[in-house]
Amino acid sequence: MAKNVKISRGVDINLVGKAEEKLGAIDSTTVALKPTDFHGVIPKLEVKEGDEVKAGTPLFHDKANENTKFVSPVSGEVVEVVRGAKRRILEVRLLADKETKFENFDVSGVNSADKAGIIEILQRGGQWPLIKKRPFDVMAGANEDPKAIFISAFDSSPLAPNYNFILKDRATDLQTGIDALAKLTKGAVNIVTRGDKGVFSGLNNCTIHSIAGPHPAGNVGVQIHHIEPLNKGEIVWTINVQDLAAIGSFLNTGKIQNSRVLAMTGAEVKAPQYYSVVLGSSVESLSKGNINDNARFISGNVLTGDKIEAAGYLGYYHHQVTAIREDHEAEFFGWVAPGFDKFSLSKTFFSWAMPNKKYNLGTGIHGEERAFVMTGQYEKVFPFDIYPVQLLKSIIINDIEQMENLGIYEVAPEDFALCEFGCTSKINSQEIVRNGLDLIIKELS
Amino acid sequence: MEFIKNIVESVKPNFDKGGKLEKYWPVFDGLETFLFVPGHATSKGAHIRDGIDLKRTMVTVILALVPCLLFGMYNVGYQHFLAIGESAEFIDMVIYGAIRVLPLVIVSYGVGLGIEFLFCIKNGHSIQEGFLVSGMLIPLIMPVEVPLWMVAAATAFAVVFGKEVFGGTGMNILNPALTARAFLFFAYPTKMSGNSVWISTDGMQTVDGYTGATALGNAVEQGVAGIPPYLDAIIGIIPGSVGETSVIACLIGAVILIASGIGSWRIMLSMLIGGYVMGYLFNMWGANSYMEIPAHHQLMLGGFFFGMVFMATDPVSAAQTNTGKWVYGFFCGLLGIMIRVFNPAYPEGIMMAILFMNVMAPLIDHYVVQGNISKRLKRAQAIA
Repeated sequence: MAKNVKISRGVDINLVGKAEEKLGAIDSTTVALKPTDFHGVIPKLEVKEGDEVKAGTPLFHDKANENTKFVSPVSGEVVEVVRGAKRRILEVRLLADKETKFENFDVSGVNSADKAGIIEILQRGGQWPLIKKRPFDVMAGANEDPKAIFISAFDSSPLAPNYNFILKDRATDLQTGIDALAKLTKGAVNIVTRGDKGVFSGLNNCTIHSIAGPHPAGNVGVQIHHIEPLNKGEIVWTINVQDLAAIGSFLNTGKIQNSRVLAMTGAEVKAPQYYSVVLGSSVESLSKGNINDNARFISGNVLTGDKIEAAGYLGYYHHQVTAIREDHEAEFFGWVAPGFDKFSLSKTFFSWAMPNKKYNLGTGIHGEERAFVMTGQYEKVFPFDIYPVQLLKSIIINDIEQMENLGIYEVAPEDFALCEFGCTSKINSQEIVRNGLDLIIKELS
Repeated sequence: MEFIKNIVESVKPNFDKGGKLEKYWPVFDGLETFLFVPGHATSKGAHIRDGIDLKRTMVTVILALVPCLLFGMYNVGYQHFLAIGESAEFIDMVIYGAIRVLPLVIVSYGVGLGIEFLFCIKNGHSIQEGFLVSGMLIPLIMPVEVPLWMVAAATAFAVVFGKEVFGGTGMNILNPALTARAFLFFAYPTKMSGNSVWISTDGMQTVDGYTGATALGNAVEQGVAGIPPYLDAIIGIIPGSVGETSVIACLIGAVILIASGIGSWRIMLSMLIGGYVMGYLFNMWGANSYMEIPAHHQLMLGGFFFGMVFMATDPVSAAQTNTGKWVYGFFCGLLGIMIRVFNPAYPEGIMMAILFMNVMAPLIDHYVVQGNISKRLKRAQAIA
């Protein structure tokens, strides 16, 4: 049954550099697939340097499950396998052809396929890694039995892309994707919108909910918590809504959809707008002429994204890039200055007098890490019926039973991003939550 | 500014690893970060961060304490000239008060920060800001005539046994400032009570009929008849600890703390309700003249407001959950008035009550969190 949820705890951080609703395209001659984007996956290479591949050819698979293929987004040559410490594979770099040649997958049986059949097709086509799960916020497991599938139809994080704009002509692909996912769960496929349904209004075979309120209302974890909360032992699968359309396109055509529309945002972007780019595009191709020098390039949004060096590549799950000012300068008596240009969840800076101001925030921490001192701060931006500080403390002391009791299965690192942003003691809570989840995965396996 | 920065940069190598003053790095770091908010950029997690840090938080609390401090200085002077029967200008009173109060502040900060620095050097930690507030709170809850060495001893006790033995800022169970006050109260009871410590007389003859007793001291003996008028108690021109007498000054502090989001309005409000309820119950009971003091008047006396705004709200020693804060604050107020009335030997029942509730706060939080846990378990069972 469709629900209308309203949350009040949270905050929208108003930043400079929102993307204009205009679509361009950027080509990237080199692209890379990064195994590090797939948390918990140990890659086994299926190609070697010098091999020719097509878009859709497997580059590596998961050591734990040979069927989970990770496929090349472009056709061309494998130019380099970049390894880090202990020979861990960091990137598989490819040189793209001018004209992309696609692998053709047989998807004719998809309408009559059962759960196993759908999963087999998705795995073969390299689309399976797009589906993630709660708890743990990692790739879904093919042998799991999810109680429902949740898809957030909007992103509420700072400068987030508008999926109603990106997907405005993709209703058919979305419907195909939903029909396939509906076979994977005994429960419902739930789509959560912000109220303005747009392209999502005509979709069938799914339940459309709405949620109102500030960020993190768009986080799928928040939506699950308020619509159908997770209990210990239960699993919910999730997928980004643009990735859902990509799966739909794959099942309609038999070719992978190797591009995504992403929002290029942030104060350091010259003309923020939307671009269609190939998965794993190089930062160089995106930033050239678009982004000021010496800016920090973030794949994703400012709260949860990854910092990418100038020679790096986009993340697999990101639908936004952000460029913001890199801060180095120490501030003389910065802790007593009035601070009109500082954004704060507290009202200790005079910027609170200007509620509609758009901020140009840099990467400064504005302080040093301390023990937990302030209380009640996290709760203001954490719309869960969970005690966030108590949960973090149980993770810090590795008390798994207490973590379970306090509801760790319902949260993902991204749900703590605003807590981390507003923390007086500058505690990196996203990392703590990730460590807690990883510890449980390790102990359970 | 560039000039100061250059000096800091030039001496920095001495304190870095391998430098000859490496041991004193915490001191250097403390001073450097005091002058300059470090320009560190985020390396993991959220790329942008809130402008607030612990220093800003502490400074806001100190700002909220300034009205109490200034009024305290004035009142010390006012009470002095009242006691010796001389008339004086406003500015004379403030200057006299400043001369009496500032040494308390200096001793409190000097001893407290000195000990903090020693612990940081020994542990190799950077200096944490907790004492910035405690150092201001301690002089404000002292009687003005307390000997400076006692302030030093109490501060040392509070920092070492109230805080450092638990692991420093953020780890303490008791409010350090109240620990200092309680230490003096129990270690030197004759010096900390009676009628002579509240007024600074410089040994001069007091005028006839002037006792120097605090409102609470009088209330025990004479009930309603002995306490100062309502308005005097609100303004704060009554004898008492340096910074605690003025309800108005405390309320200005409360407004700053609540508006900035740093002090918990839940604790303040529930403590006010708790104190009023207890005072009202005593009014109904009315067994002695002390109990007959109207509840609204009772709350204006002694350290009730100061304790409510600045002591009970200490985030480290108070309850941490929002529900817990209501319970914690309510009992701080309730017990404070109860102790004060039931045991006239402890006029500062508020101090006792807050310290007691500091100890109880983790228990309150435990039950609040347990409630959340069992709710989650029930939800799981309902489905299974």
